[in-house]
Amino acid sequence: MWYYEKKLQYPVKVSECNPMLAKFLIEQYGGADGELSAALRYLNQRYSIPDKVVGLLTDIGTEEFAHLEMIATMVYKLTKDATPEQMKAAGLGAHYSNHDKALYYENAAGTPWTAAYITAKGDPIADLYEDIAAEEKARATYQWIINLSDDPDLNDGLKFLREREIIHSLRFREAVEILIEERDRKKIF
Amino acid sequence: MAKQVPKEFYQLLREIQEVDFVLLELNLYLDTHPDDYDAIEQFNNFSQRSRELKINFEQQFGPLMGFGASYSNYPFDWGNTPWPWQV
Repeated sequence: MWYYEKKLQYPVKVSECNPMLAKFLIEQYGGADGELSAALRYLNQRYSIPDKVVGLLTDIGTEEFAHLEMIATMVYKLTKDATPEQMKAAGLGAHYSNHDKALYYENAAGTPWTAAYITAKGDPIADLYEDIAAEEKARATYQWIINLSDDPDLNDGLKFLREREIIHSLRFREAVEILIEERDRKKIF
Repeated sequence: MAKQVPKEFYQLLREIQEVDFVLLELNLYLDTHPDDYDAIEQFNNFSQRSRELKINFEQQFGPLMGFGASYSNYPFDWGNTPWPWQV
């Protein structure tokens, strides 16, 4: 099970109301390589993967939910004071007409999240390579959003999240090595 | 809506976030390096530090964790603001 802790993993600040940045950022909320996809992908893979890497998948999957909450906080803070006119001008008119200011699991283009974004192959190496690719894609997406953003407070949080993707990718690559080593040892004896 | 929180709330919370980040990083590292004795020692030391900081924070600002992992005051104060996105 999980326990909720009433704190963000890293402080989230935004300089000013900016619904257009929120529109870009929603990619990391409900997009293919976003935090929801990441959390659900890793936690779902745990049941069929060798015991040696279940701890890592559990912990990174759990951290992804903390990142999802940081993204939600950013989007909430960027939009909470926006007028309907500002939402419309930022390209969020369609979002506003359906959801008002509510958050929704969708990508930057407004496409709802789908389980088709994630796979579960049942092959440990295939699954871990997908995880590594997912982390690298998420890292790249953070970089593109940072490039689009001129909000120094927001970018501080985004840079933290970008660095986390690098660490996760590193740990998943170590997990691959652990499984390959274990497989080779079984062949010898 | 969230009520005004004192400056000390942010300072203490920040300290907890820092210590808990060290713990999270060490946890992921130890998941793939389970034989690193020094890292485990650091992990246990920071775990102790995190508990101490949280006891102090909770005495002033209420429970950090739900489902009984933190104590409650009277009346039940788990649902009190601010929530993390409100600060």
